Amino acid sequence: MDELRNINITIDGIEISVPQGSTVLQACEAAGAEIPRFCYHEKLSVAGNCRMCLVEMERSPKPIASCAMPASDGMIIKTSSEMVEKARKGVMEFLLINHPLDCPICDQGGECDLQDQALYFGKGETRFENSKRAVSDKNMGPLIKTTMTRCIHCTRCVRFANEVAGVEDLGATGRGENVEISTYLEKAVSSELSGNLVDLCPVGALTSKPYQFVARPWELTKTESVDVMDAIGSNIRIDSRDGKVLRILPKNNESINEEWISDKSRYAIDGLSKQRLDTPFIKINKKLQRVSWDEAFEFIISKISNISNENCVGVVGNQVENESIFAFRELFKKLNLNKILPFQKKLTFSRENRSNYLFNSKIEGLDKCDYLLLIGANPRVDSAILNARIRKNYIHRDLKISSISSQQFDLKFNYEYLGSDVKILTSILEEKHKISNDFKNANFPMIIIGDEVLQNDCSLDVQKISTSILKKFGGFNKNWNGFNILHNYASTVGAIDILSEYSDYNYTAFKNDINKNLIKFVYLLNADDFDFDISSCFVIYQGHHGDKGAQLADVILPGAAYTEKEGSYTNLEGRVQYSQRATFPPGDAKEDWTILRALSEKLGKKLDFDNLLQLRDIMFSSKTMLKFDENIYSSEPKIITKSDFKSSKLNYENKNFFMTCPISRCSSTMAECSQVNG
Amino acid sequence: MKKEQLKAENYKLCNIDQVKVDEILDKYPSNRKASAVIPLLHYVQKKSNGWLPVPEIERVAEILDMPYMKVYEVASFYTMFNLKPVGKKLLQICHTTPCWLRGSDQIEKSIYDTLKIKDGETTPDKMFTLMKVECLGACVNAPILQINDDYYEDLDYKSTKELLNKIKIKKNIKPGSVIGRKSSEPYDKNGNINVTK
Repeated sequence: MDELRNINITIDGIEISVPQGSTVLQACEAAGAEIPRFCYHEKLSVAGNCRMCLVEMERSPKPIASCAMPASDGMIIKTSSEMVEKARKGVMEFLLINHPLDCPICDQGGECDLQDQALYFGKGETRFENSKRAVSDKNMGPLIKTTMTRCIHCTRCVRFANEVAGVEDLGATGRGENVEISTYLEKAVSSELSGNLVDLCPVGALTSKPYQFVARPWELTKTESVDVMDAIGSNIRIDSRDGKVLRILPKNNESINEEWISDKSRYAIDGLSKQRLDTPFIKINKKLQRVSWDEAFEFIISKISNISNENCVGVVGNQVENESIFAFRELFKKLNLNKILPFQKKLTFSRENRSNYLFNSKIEGLDKCDYLLLIGANPRVDSAILNARIRKNYIHRDLKISSISSQQFDLKFNYEYLGSDVKILTSILEEKHKISNDFKNANFPMIIIGDEVLQNDCSLDVQKISTSILKKFGGFNKNWNGFNILHNYASTVGAIDILSEYSDYNYTAFKNDINKNLIKFVYLLNADDFDFDISSCFVIYQGHHGDKGAQLADVILPGAAYTEKEGSYTNLEGRVQYSQRATFPPGDAKEDWTILRALSEKLGKKLDFDNLLQLRDIMFSSKTMLKFDENIYSSEPKIITKSDFKSSKLNYENKNFFMTCPISRCSSTMAECSQVNG
Repeated sequence: MKKEQLKAENYKLCNIDQVKVDEILDKYPSNRKASAVIPLLHYVQKKSNGWLPVPEIERVAEILDMPYMKVYEVASFYTMFNLKPVGKKLLQICHTTPCWLRGSDQIEKSIYDTLKIKDGETTPDKMFTLMKVECLGACVNAPILQINDDYYEDLDYKSTKELLNKIKIKKNIKPGSVIGRKSSEPYDKNGNINVTK
């Protein structure tokens, strides 16, 4: 990239230097002057239509809109002069002409840009004697409630939908006083990111439907945490009151989710208070009975007398934090058992080297990459945030994208579809395919391998040949690693990290054991998405929801959901992030690692830690792998396989974005979404 | 915009001439196809009885590779695109200052008396629709009434009535000044043309 020249600009008497290409507004921010704005947003294109950001520029007879004016050398800007004050007051008076005075019944009240700024620039009384305009409300689907009379036409929502989400059916119709924001023919917004429209709206025109009339912002306890609905690990803020999670908002993290989160991360929370396991259960005469913790543990002890390494399997679920996986592993170790499945599906990775199963280019690498090949991946469903990031590169830098997948998915960006046969990779490697040139011309080529490959028999073959392709075309060096596995679940990477040095038990081995009727005991740690038959086994289920696992269980140990425990999650890049507790688990339910610790004591094999800090000390000291450095790209993966492509056609698996975990399956909001969009 | 209002059931797309469409598209660079949206909408509106039903808007969007919403935004922005059905004869009466000073109110009254329609209304036989519009750019011959593509100038209450009655009985009418002026030649207060020496 060209080195950008800096330019000098004077803001309120302070001379500062900003990179060329900055706007006056950005320069003002850099100088510490706060500029009020409605339409301007860092992540969206500049519209310049609200006029709230007016500032005074020397030698200009009129105030200028700072968001749309490029900063240039020697500019002298005043942000708080009399002229600016007067101009902003004038703008505010016009904005308030048609804005209803319904703040007391508006959900945006207390966190409304217009409300805040009216406090400083509002006139306090109106000079407008005619009637205000009224606009009919629009249907935008089950997540967004509209009160369009409040709209000030900043068009942030239109720009977000067009630029970030890639759904082009939001727009402004009519002209002048009759402008209305609407979706085309009032369809629901068909995006996985539509909840962000609510955050973007500076007034109360678009508010959250599930959260309507629930709480005021000042009543909420805010907890910064990590999302577990996909493997990205979006940073979130959990807003709770009286021990109940009321909403989830995104928290900025440029390296991961920027300013957005997916609708599932945001709106699945009503599932947190439904079908919860709040007390231990044991199954007597095919009926589950409520018992105390002691009774549950005694029941387990009485049943597992003939447990052995042969006949006992532990299964780690999709949303388990590292601490519990570690405690789970330690418990198995103490009992001399080593069959632990790190995930529930047939996903084939080579686990020896950490770069074999990570998203090595890192999420930020998506901004840098200049050629992208998706193999068997549908990022829009698997991780909507990542898809938006790919689209960002596609929109701003014309990223060229190709895809090999079972069918041509609507990914909200254009790409070249190469069919569903992965054999094509061989000809790309041998430079017999035109794609080879794209790889050759790219400085930062990237391959993303998705679920369809990982679940296929050809998984390792594809991974190996992808490595070879990248190696041939410069996909590995000290500034780049283009090999990426797209994980779907929050705990997959953590589970592989923690378990790989202890046990290499995998799905295929497990399937064999099941077929041979070897397995007698199964311990499900929050596992609800398995597809194998374990009805004849003695099943211990530890988790938070009465979902598939609990139905099969002989003993249920109630655990905590992700908002109710402190934990760390390793995202698909290998980045470890810590979640915080926002509320307490319901009833007798306990944090998961404490259950494992208590059980170990009852079994007479006490684990070596008494609190979370001790657990973390041991966990991190025994694992060097958990370290993550943003600036260092891991070495190239080493995958060993014969590479003979026994099967090479990718198979389609129907996935419902809105229902992928026990929490989202219990959420009625998600049910509504999947009905509307499905 | 409500789906029910706009989406005519079993709507049959109007016939458009591909040669004409290509002619319009040829005026713009092939990678800037969307520039043709306004001329194309005008052409399609002309072909589909003077208004743009939703399926026609979608067709234009498909020809130009544009999102439906983008074309709809354009169609709803410009007042010369009609999103509701209009009569066979679209009467557009100018009521901007010069025409208003020269008696556009009288023309409006004359139309109401003859056809019983007000601004935005259509006669029950779907023959006439009245629209009050802003300046038609022919102030020298004010007041103006535009009927479909033609201007009728120098009107008053009586001449408007005669004009409409002629249309009603399908008699040919001549566009231009109803008092026989050539373009904007001067005339005196008694209506005598050719007063200059």
